[in-house]
Amino acid sequence: MTVIEARGLRKAFGTTIALDSVNFRVEEGRILGLIGPNGAGKTTALNAMLGLIPYQGELRVLGRDPWSEREQLMRDVCFIADVAVLPRWMRVSQALDYVAGVHPRFDRAKAEGFLAKTTIQHASKVRELSKGMVTQLHLALVMAIDAKLLVLDEPTLGLDILYRKQFYDSLLNDYYDRSRTIVVTTHQVEDVQHVLTDLMFINRGRIVLDCSMEEFEARYVEVMVHPERVTAARALKPIHERQVLGRSILLFDRVDRQQLAGFGDARTPSISDLFVAVMGNQAGQAPGAIR
Amino acid sequence: MNTQSNAMPESFDTQGIAPAPMSATQPMYWSIRRELWENRSIYIAPLAVAAVTLFGFLIATMGYAMSVSNLAQRRAALEGPYSFAAGVIMATTFVVGVFYSLDALHGERRDRSILFWKSLPVSDLTAVLSKVSIPLVVLPLLTVVVVVATQLIMLLLSSAVLMGSGLSVATLWTPAFRMSLMLLYHIVTVHVLWHAPIYGWLLLVSGWARRAAFLWAALPPLAICAVEKIAFNTTHFAALLGYRFMGGAEALTAPGSFPIDPMTHLTPGKFLSTPGLWMGLAVAAALLAAAVRLRRFQGPI
Repeated sequence: MTVIEARGLRKAFGTTIALDSVNFRVEEGRILGLIGPNGAGKTTALNAMLGLIPYQGELRVLGRDPWSEREQLMRDVCFIADVAVLPRWMRVSQALDYVAGVHPRFDRAKAEGFLAKTTIQHASKVRELSKGMVTQLHLALVMAIDAKLLVLDEPTLGLDILYRKQFYDSLLNDYYDRSRTIVVTTHQVEDVQHVLTDLMFINRGRIVLDCSMEEFEARYVEVMVHPERVTAARALKPIHERQVLGRSILLFDRVDRQQLAGFGDARTPSISDLFVAVMGNQAGQAPGAIR
Repeated sequence: MNTQSNAMPESFDTQGIAPAPMSATQPMYWSIRRELWENRSIYIAPLAVAAVTLFGFLIATMGYAMSVSNLAQRRAALEGPYSFAAGVIMATTFVVGVFYSLDALHGERRDRSILFWKSLPVSDLTAVLSKVSIPLVVLPLLTVVVVVATQLIMLLLSSAVLMGSGLSVATLWTPAFRMSLMLLYHIVTVHVLWHAPIYGWLLLVSGWARRAAFLWAALPPLAICAVEKIAFNTTHFAALLGYRFMGGAEALTAPGSFPIDPMTHLTPGKFLSTPGLWMGLAVAAALLAAAVRLRRFQGPI
């Protein structure tokens, strides 16, 4: 079952093209990471999916047109658009009351259960909570909604590593099952490397990489090359090369692992290393297209 | 309403099937409640003014009125402040309504909470209607309740003083019911129906302006007045605005046609046949429709 399908999705703000006729498809049960530099069009893509902005081209989310059917869509879609969008004047108990009042799929007992694991008091106002606690509260509200699609836009921005780790742990342990779909954008790619099932890189309004994590692990190999083998390794056309402590680390796409093992330690790169390689190439610093 | 709690691992059922049943009015009810949570001045301000008024009246009854030896003057001193108290409370709720409306669609964009409200299945129509219902339903009802309660307490206080002076309290209580009825009529006609386009305009500006919503609401009408005066030496637009706020000079010279004074006679027929009423309501509806549409496109500022 396809949850999100975009064909020729385009959005321009004045003369700036935020999304340049992109095509993608997200299947049910996937956890997609949408990764890109600032201003790449990530938030624009998410806002289009959520019916927050009008767009050109074709876009269906859960079979609906997000712009014209936003209200119905929001019964099945949840989103955390940013850290700290919960109104600062609101009390925790009021937030529970309100969401329970307006959302037919909200399970209040479940939300209270999540909150019980934190130090958040029901009588506290949002403005009295730390940034990490506000995120915990928002996540507790969202996880208690029986939604089919959850969209997270930089949900852990500005949080310390403990809160970030806890955020993704609760998401995977207490929320995710194979019938739910999650789309997340973040700059903290190392946090989500082992969370994602699919990966999409976006730059200047275009999708520059779209693959599953299995594919990612099969395709990309990073080798710390022995100094005397560097020339031979370079002949295999690495997509990126960097120097760490005087050693060359070469990143290969679709090159046989056995063949590469002879040059040095071969391993799967981190998403951030691949990101740097792909975005570096995009900027025209090195030859070799990624796809 | 949490009937879905055990149906968690449900399959991807066909879309279009409504989830747990929920009454259509529920999002509206909770949206209005949340406005009251956020803007507690809506009820605190009129209550505070009523308390201050009563405090002043208490001093008057205990102090001034008792010091007047002439009994007729004492009665006048006790009867005077009723409409004044009503006027002060009505003016307060009007000011509260104006500032509430100017912030209603602006504050949620300024503090980015609009992204949270929009993540819930509450339509822009429900959101805007719940906001406009504050100046057009909640505040008027509150005004009536607070004014009537204040006047009742004043009546009890002055009755005690009059009885203490050996005077009859009958004349004091006879007009009380009629006074409340007049008040209700005045609130519904002037503060709700006649002023509706003012709130529509304020809400639209608050949804549109990126900053200084008050200036955007006030300056364009003033600019139109100024340009009209300089260019054509006429004041039609100013007269139009005055008519909207105060009922207009022609209505005042024809007593009874426009219930600007809470103590006028009940003339609903004349009021309902005023074309200005229906034009005003049409303008209010258009402004609100524009505000609903605008909110669809608006994100945080």
